[in-house]
Amino acid sequence: MALDQIVDGLSEVSCDVLVIGGGTAGPMAALKAKLKNPKANVVLLEKANVKRSGAISMGMDGLNNAVIPGYATPEQYTKEITIANDGIVDQKAVYKYAQNCYSIIEELDSFGIRFLKNENGDYAVKKVHHIGTYVLPMPNGETVKKALYRQLRRARILISNRYMATRLLKSSDGRIAGAISVNTRTAEMLVIKAKAVILCMGAAGRLGLPTSGYMFGTYENAANSGDGYSMAYHAGAALANLECYQINPLIKDYNGPACAYVAGPFGAFTANNEGSRFIECDYWSGQMMLEFYNELLSGKGPVFLQLKHLHPDTISEIESTLHKVERPTRGLFQQGRGVDYRNDSIEMHISEIGFCSGHSASGVFVDDNARTTVPGLYAAGDMASVPHNYMLGAFTNGAVAGIDAMEFADSHDFAEFDAADVARERDRVMAPTRREDGIPPNQVEYKTRRLVNDYLQPPKVTRKYELGMRRLAETRQDMQEHMIARNAHELLRALEVQSIMDCADMAVHASLYREESRWGLYHWRTDFPEKDNENWFCHTLLSKQNGKMTSEKRAVEPYVVPIADDEKDLYDKQRIRATA
Amino acid sequence: MPLASYQTSVPVVVDDAKCIADKGCTVCVDVCPLDVLRISDMTNKAYMAYDECWYCMPCEADCPTGAVTVNIPYLLR
Repeated sequence: MALDQIVDGLSEVSCDVLVIGGGTAGPMAALKAKLKNPKANVVLLEKANVKRSGAISMGMDGLNNAVIPGYATPEQYTKEITIANDGIVDQKAVYKYAQNCYSIIEELDSFGIRFLKNENGDYAVKKVHHIGTYVLPMPNGETVKKALYRQLRRARILISNRYMATRLLKSSDGRIAGAISVNTRTAEMLVIKAKAVILCMGAAGRLGLPTSGYMFGTYENAANSGDGYSMAYHAGAALANLECYQINPLIKDYNGPACAYVAGPFGAFTANNEGSRFIECDYWSGQMMLEFYNELLSGKGPVFLQLKHLHPDTISEIESTLHKVERPTRGLFQQGRGVDYRNDSIEMHISEIGFCSGHSASGVFVDDNARTTVPGLYAAGDMASVPHNYMLGAFTNGAVAGIDAMEFADSHDFAEFDAADVARERDRVMAPTRREDGIPPNQVEYKTRRLVNDYLQPPKVTRKYELGMRRLAETRQDMQEHMIARNAHELLRALEVQSIMDCADMAVHASLYREESRWGLYHWRTDFPEKDNENWFCHTLLSKQNGKMTSEKRAVEPYVVPIADDEKDLYDKQRIRATA
Repeated sequence: MPLASYQTSVPVVVDDAKCIADKGCTVCVDVCPLDVLRISDMTNKAYMAYDECWYCMPCEADCPTGAVTVNIPYLLR
């Protein structure tokens, strides 16, 4: 059979709870749903292979936001994240995470994932954030996915690899009814009826174009093309604060973390070309990124992560972590460049833009039970709106989603969807395969992402955004009328481009709506350079209403943990001040 | 519009002498998050069919015979 030959087919299955995305949040959601009701059917659908999919494909070096008794309190963590996110936080979900995450750490420990302990047997938590202490190294962090996979097999979760979900199905009264998916190697379509659906589809990490020009050289796992954001949008769910982009300080060209969270606690720091510190704190916030950006433009760049001043044994320890876990090819990259951490600093750069609540706040709106605004539809992990929630947040909120979704499934029957919706989606999905001639997905994708860089990368200029919107609309028309896919693999890419295009449109719309600057570099609008708490101390919710992209304000819920006036701007003071 | 093929030097290299895909092994193809590896119809060995690599390493780490090597893609090397 020819490579990735297209097979015409459509079948239908059903389950109680459908989890889409088998990276970090998804496996935990599936596991918790199944443990909640062992008689129920739980399907875990994954575009790649659950064994090695998602952001933690090769494991993770540690927990960045562990709230461990004796080191930090849920109140303190909630306060820190509120301040780091410029106050635009529904604290209930953050506080719930902070309360629950320690039990998830203990559960991960019981799965065989080890966390660093000191000579007294206590967790060896490190300080990276501005105020509190939450970073906990994982000595065997490369085994995370294997440990999770064992649990999934033991619990008899039904795993379907190499199926890409494309659209959600709903009933006429607006309840979730299932999802439509396509096999990435045969293009056969599969409809999955479900009583509840949990979206755990990761960040929109293929939105901007890396400066290397290599389309898959992204910070996020390049499979994370924003499909979840797009699906939630088309299902009518609200998406929160999309203008709060993800932009990260990364190893230049390699485009992966350096990683200050690993090296910082040992004494490494971010320095300019003079070897001087210029930021107070290496924690990734928009305010820190703005100082990073300013330094690069000031003539004092390049910016480096500096560790050559450390003891050789310390450097070896950092090196063994950086070159073994999360992004192990960092070692190969540095070797190719002739960079030895003992003699050389690591050249850093600013990443392209993306959506990711794991590091910022842009995600499908969820409450403290991981519920979206569509009944029966849940979201967790990098694509859900709980801010700065990293890997442990994905696990913890995935668990919340799994339990609540199974309760929903237990008290509801299948919702009925319209067969015409499936037929319409089948036509949309297969359209690029039915053209004889046209533009291949890689060219449409390159152009879309190049436009994102040219017009959408902050600082955000209204006129540039308006031009960007026009150019994107022209490219969308090409995509809809002329894109071709000659085999199932190209069809996978063609579908991903459509998610990327939707995310680009949402980025424009959300950014133009919020007429102020906030979150440092993430939403710096030159036409509205000041923070405007009077008019914009609120969330923005973007959704599809009557077929049209719409934004509205949503009040920030009253705080659970009060923030004193003199604490509110702690993250605004990121630049190191010269002292006489 | 006619399509041209575009030459790229691919980052993932398979040592045919060590690869046991001809004996039924599909591990590297199975684990790749970007789904870019395939088994060749001509040689029955694994190879990189699509230059869409996140240089992430599961193919190399999980290969039972050490046949797979991940290089940094040339554009960002």
